[in-house]
Amino acid sequence: MSHIYDANIRKPLVIGDKSYHDVTVDVAAPVEGKANKHWWIVFSIALAAFLWGVSCIIYTISTGIGTWGLNKTVGWAWDITNFVWWVGIGHAGTLISAVLLLFRQRWRMAINRSAEAMTIFSVIQAGLFPIIHMGRPWLAYWVLPIPNQFGSLWVNFNSPLLWDVFAISTYLSVSLVFWWTGLLPDFAMIRDRAVNPFQKRIYTILSFGWSGRAKDWQRFEEVSLVLAGLATPLVLSVHTIVSMDFATSVIPGWHTTIFPPYFVAGAVFSGFAMVNTLLIIMRKVSNLEAYITIQHIELMNIIIMITGSIVGVAYITELFIAWYSGVEYEQYAFLNRATGPYWWAYWSMMTCNVFSPQFMWFKKLRTSIMFSFIISIVVNIGMWFERFVIIVTSLHRDYLPSSWTMFSPTFVDIGIFIGTIGFFFVLFLLYARTFPVIAQAEVKTILKATGEKYIREREANKHSHHE
Amino acid sequence: MSSNKKYWKSVEELNENSSIVEALRNNEFVEEIPTNEFLSDAESLSNSSTSRRDFLKYVGFSTAAATLVACEGPVHKSIPYVLQPEQIIPGVADYYATSVFDGFDFANLLVKTREGRPIKIDNNTMPGAKFAANARIHASVLSMYDSMRLKQPKIAGKTATWADVDSNIKSGITMAKSNGKQVVLLTNTLASPSTEKLIGEFLAKNPNAKHVIYDAVSSSETLDAFEMVYGERALVDYDFSKASLIVSVDADFLGDWQGGSYDSSYSKGRIPNNGKMSRHFQLEANMTLSGAAADKRFPMTVANQKQALVKIYNIVTNSSVATSKFDNEDAVIKAAQQLKAAGSKGVLVSGIEDKNAQLLVLAINQALSSEAFTTAGTRQIRKGSNAKVTQLLADMKAGTVGTLVMSGVNPVYTLPNSGDFVSALKKVALSISFSLKEDETASLTTIAAAAPHYLESWNDVAIVKGSYGITQPTIRPLFDTKQFQEVLMSLNGNAGSYYDYLKANASSIVSGSTWNKVLHDGIYVGVSSPASASPADYTTAANTLAASKRAAGFELVMYTKTGLGDGQQANNPWLQEFPDPITRVSWDNYVTVSRKDAEKLGLENHNVADGGLNGSYVTLTVNGATLENVPVIIQPGQALGTLGLAFGYGKKAALKEAMQVGVNAYTLYNNFNNVQSATIKKAAGEHEFACVQSQKTLMGRGDIIKETTLEIFNTKDAAEWNEVPKVSLDHKEVDATSVDLWTPFDRSVGHHFNLSIDLNACTGCGACVIACHAENNVPVVGKEEVRRSRDMHWLRIDRYYSSEDTFAHDNEKKENFKGLFGDKGSLGGFGEMEQAADNPQVAFQPVMCQHCNHAPCETVCPVAATSHSRQGQNHMAYNRCVGTRYCANNCPYKVRRFNWFLYNKNNEFDYHMNDDLGRMVLNPDVNARSRGVMEKCSMCIQMTQATILSAKRDGRAIVDGEFQTACSNACSSGAMIFGDVNDEASKVKALAEEDRMYHLLEHVGTKPNVFYHVKVRNT
Repeated sequence: MSHIYDANIRKPLVIGDKSYHDVTVDVAAPVEGKANKHWWIVFSIALAAFLWGVSCIIYTISTGIGTWGLNKTVGWAWDITNFVWWVGIGHAGTLISAVLLLFRQRWRMAINRSAEAMTIFSVIQAGLFPIIHMGRPWLAYWVLPIPNQFGSLWVNFNSPLLWDVFAISTYLSVSLVFWWTGLLPDFAMIRDRAVNPFQKRIYTILSFGWSGRAKDWQRFEEVSLVLAGLATPLVLSVHTIVSMDFATSVIPGWHTTIFPPYFVAGAVFSGFAMVNTLLIIMRKVSNLEAYITIQHIELMNIIIMITGSIVGVAYITELFIAWYSGVEYEQYAFLNRATGPYWWAYWSMMTCNVFSPQFMWFKKLRTSIMFSFIISIVVNIGMWFERFVIIVTSLHRDYLPSSWTMFSPTFVDIGIFIGTIGFFFVLFLLYARTFPVIAQAEVKTILKATGEKYIREREANKHSHHE
Repeated sequence: MSSNKKYWKSVEELNENSSIVEALRNNEFVEEIPTNEFLSDAESLSNSSTSRRDFLKYVGFSTAAATLVACEGPVHKSIPYVLQPEQIIPGVADYYATSVFDGFDFANLLVKTREGRPIKIDNNTMPGAKFAANARIHASVLSMYDSMRLKQPKIAGKTATWADVDSNIKSGITMAKSNGKQVVLLTNTLASPSTEKLIGEFLAKNPNAKHVIYDAVSSSETLDAFEMVYGERALVDYDFSKASLIVSVDADFLGDWQGGSYDSSYSKGRIPNNGKMSRHFQLEANMTLSGAAADKRFPMTVANQKQALVKIYNIVTNSSVATSKFDNEDAVIKAAQQLKAAGSKGVLVSGIEDKNAQLLVLAINQALSSEAFTTAGTRQIRKGSNAKVTQLLADMKAGTVGTLVMSGVNPVYTLPNSGDFVSALKKVALSISFSLKEDETASLTTIAAAAPHYLESWNDVAIVKGSYGITQPTIRPLFDTKQFQEVLMSLNGNAGSYYDYLKANASSIVSGSTWNKVLHDGIYVGVSSPASASPADYTTAANTLAASKRAAGFELVMYTKTGLGDGQQANNPWLQEFPDPITRVSWDNYVTVSRKDAEKLGLENHNVADGGLNGSYVTLTVNGATLENVPVIIQPGQALGTLGLAFGYGKKAALKEAMQVGVNAYTLYNNFNNVQSATIKKAAGEHEFACVQSQKTLMGRGDIIKETTLEIFNTKDAAEWNEVPKVSLDHKEVDATSVDLWTPFDRSVGHHFNLSIDLNACTGCGACVIACHAENNVPVVGKEEVRRSRDMHWLRIDRYYSSEDTFAHDNEKKENFKGLFGDKGSLGGFGEMEQAADNPQVAFQPVMCQHCNHAPCETVCPVAATSHSRQGQNHMAYNRCVGTRYCANNCPYKVRRFNWFLYNKNNEFDYHMNDDLGRMVLNPDVNARSRGVMEKCSMCIQMTQATILSAKRDGRAIVDGEFQTACSNACSSGAMIFGDVNDEASKVKALAEEDRMYHLLEHVGTKPNVFYHVKVRNT
């Protein structure tokens, strides 16, 4: 691939005078160096949040789901909102690494590693919720179709929750394998540079005996392609199946055939926003501005804008179909969403998800780092509200008015959510200090083609030939 | 046999002369053991405090201890019968017929006992047993297992023996005699021929003694009126099934008016039959169950009602007593004219506690020669006289009462001037209170005499004249208790037990029957002839009534709630958690205010973020007596200028802390008049209610409660008033019920259970709710949790108000929405529809699991914990449930209940399931659910299975009516009919094929096994 040169109109993907060795040094620097004060501060906050979440989870499991704000009418609220939110965030990683790989989008190389790390860490957060939201989480293994001694008990294959179990676990394992495969040459690079014997030992284990021979590289390329092929349908399937938790139900506001594509678009939307949030910080902190460039951010902003607009169309379609269906329960569900007691959640969602990405039409705004960062946060707030709106406002007023009520979170609901954010950042911060955060081996493959230095040299050569 | 085999240990053994083999043979340890070296260090050995023996002891002990600890498992002490009691078979329930009257409630019962303990109250269905249990009677079984009962007699607060009590009373009576003071027996209405006979004997023996009857909630004026005309102190037992037109002036006969229990005769006339049903007009101040059931309801102040009553009197009897103007005058005149036209098919009842008003009731019914009004078989359940109670208090104050024996009363709590009573009590030398609890009165009397619960007692009761019922014990007394009657017998010097006395006395009453038969049946029906009326001056009564002036300020109308009644059972968590049928508020009483008055006074009700209902506080003042911090409920249908407040709350003594809720309305019950002139003032703060229904109206969703008018019902096709929802199939409109997503099962084999609920017959009385609670071990979760919408009721009775003046207009309004905005816009329109009308129509709808044949809950459970049975039930396997709550979310009826916490054996939920005694009430056929699992109505599968098994054992076919659920059993109005639709002859099959039948939310396609009957209003 290194022989494929980009057209001149394409901007360089690696800027600055980066040689192969520079790439190695830049990527290895955070691993080999010592953490600075900022890292420790952020890590401490994340760890504290995580521990708070852990204690809230322990409290929930030891006392009961009653510690949450749920009630007889609203059986899911923050738990499944958080679940869907985290799963959604986890979508960007696979999309970037698998789909963009298949589409030969080389700009993905600077961000795929972290995007995938983010995917895995957020899927871990997501996976927590279906377990802890159970009344009896110690029996969570009952949702697995394992041969058992309980009699002829088997799982219910009709249940979308069971599909979730398969979807999420498949997604997590494929993502993990894909991520690790990509990490092998980079771990090997750190192993080879390590001077500390302990560190060397660890990275030797992590790199699975990568030798850098041509056969290794050939197999690496092949397996990447195969895994990309496997992972691509997962990008669509996971959130499709998550959406079926709602779509296959009979509750107005849930029972909606538009949900699968709408959820997938929303997931990509929130995933890219989260990648933006993380990378904008990381490129600064880890001095990776040369690799994660404004162009990367801009491209991601464009995807955010497109998916945000798709989501917006979906929202409006829902309203239209509710009216067009003529079903009074359906109509009321959507009227209630927009104007009922949770109107603020609906309009927060609308503002954050539909209106705010439209700013990305302006090149000046989408190439502004600060603005991108703010929008990336806003989008994820909006996407959290989207799930809250779908779950809570549909449930709290459904068919029989006698059962209508409201939901209000307790400190435990909030604590667990904050805890997962803490856990996510604990994992991500540890990752940023111990893993090669950029797929340097891959970046090196395009360095000659798209590195600013080499483009300049090539241009200079071209000119000299002509002269 | 010895073996010749040689086992080789090493190669060396091949060599016979090997020194190693030799050495090993002689010495097990080849190398020398350095014992000398070890023992030679004598110094350190002697310094060591641990001897070898010690070491062995420690090892031995710790091994044994570790072993023992490891062996310990949960030990359940279950002791088999040494001598098996006759007729008690473990696992098989026994039923005992009994009758109960506790001074307020009465019923003919069948008590279910398991392994010798009563666990459930059912209705006696023998002919003649006409009084079914209400919610309170259903709950009364739990009141027996109340751990806060008075467990033994106490003298001056100290535990005593019954011998001491007896001698104390005897000497007290002798002393009173010698001091020339009175001995007073102060009891509730007894309605017990044997007890009354005993008291008669006691009075005969002690000339200085007298008997005062005191009803906490007085019917004295009504009794006076009836006594004046008919010479008998009793209440009329109306038969509403014989009336085609019912006019009720503030008589909540579906509630507790004259003891209640009228719902079955009322409902008989309310189910359209041959195009006919009764018509019911209700004039009332508070919104009551009767008002909710009425075809036309006129909210009026009591003062106006009095004018209206005179007006009706004028019209029916062609009199012309002058009345002043009142609200709804035209409508009342029309109703009166209809009443007159109805003649003997009409009836007028009134709950106005005023002798003149009650005389007019008699006059009107006499003039109509109403069939529903019969003076034969009068109700004996209220006898109290206000004058006599007042006199007693005066005597006590004067110090002329030497000994006061109380039974079944709690005057310190129920008297309005209880302070006077308390100070007067100090002047009584000896006071005794027979009581279940160490209540407000028993804790102040000299002797607190522990009385047994009615399920532990022998007694008899004549609820209505001519009938006779036996109260029989269903369990040996749990505590060291003694009946009032036993003590009376020892005072009278009677030999034997009260049982003997009762038996002897009964033989004179039950002519033509035997003791055993009456005991078995629980009821004996004799004859009672109508009383003859003596002439009375009705015109004067009418004139006096018409001249009565409305007092200043608000009219406070006090009533009893379906849950707590007069407050006897305030420590019963089932009743506390029972949502009031009208307001659906549990764990509280409150003052009800009309919306307009509330606006004037600045009073508010609103729902907070978690759905909980908050209300303002007010200070109520009546005649100098003040109730502080009374929470407010804004009550649709409350008459302007009136307030409602329920008795029975605000109790403190012998109550768990959680049950000490509400305010004591008795303190405002001046002169035993339930209508008082009150002033109301807003107070600071907000009250947190536990209300189970935050949305009051039906939102124009007419397909949830389908209703029509009698006229349309009689003249139009069923498709018009009971429209089946349509769906499009292959571009054709077809009935939604004909479309099926699934391949249907063959359900024609075996039993297929269906439950029919007639919305015309349901009065919202709530007996089914408590029966379900008792049968299915439904946990009590407490005020806080109910407030957070976590009530566990498997069966609830939804109450809806119309937002316009009728539900039909609600539907119309919704149909006519045009666009989102503007006058007819749906945005504003739905907002308006959330508000109930000022005098709304009311509808009740009992909702439990609908047992859908295509259940949305069943498909979504990941572990298949909920599944369908061949018999139509939707099963719930608690043990399999992991608690995802997906099923509850996907239930369109929202009937699934989740165990948010551990509700049994948990100090956080200190109700009956947290104490050993309270747990005795649990039904052993239904398991108590653990934390984290979903639960819901099972259609009482334990009952249907028991029926199937017993029929199988007997080798017989099951006849219709044998299959029952707790709710259908408890339903005395005939609203709930349960049965097998595969039985062609069954009632439920016929009901399923009636035109009025519809399923709830039919368009969802769930195909439920519970169905409803369209409500028909005779407007």
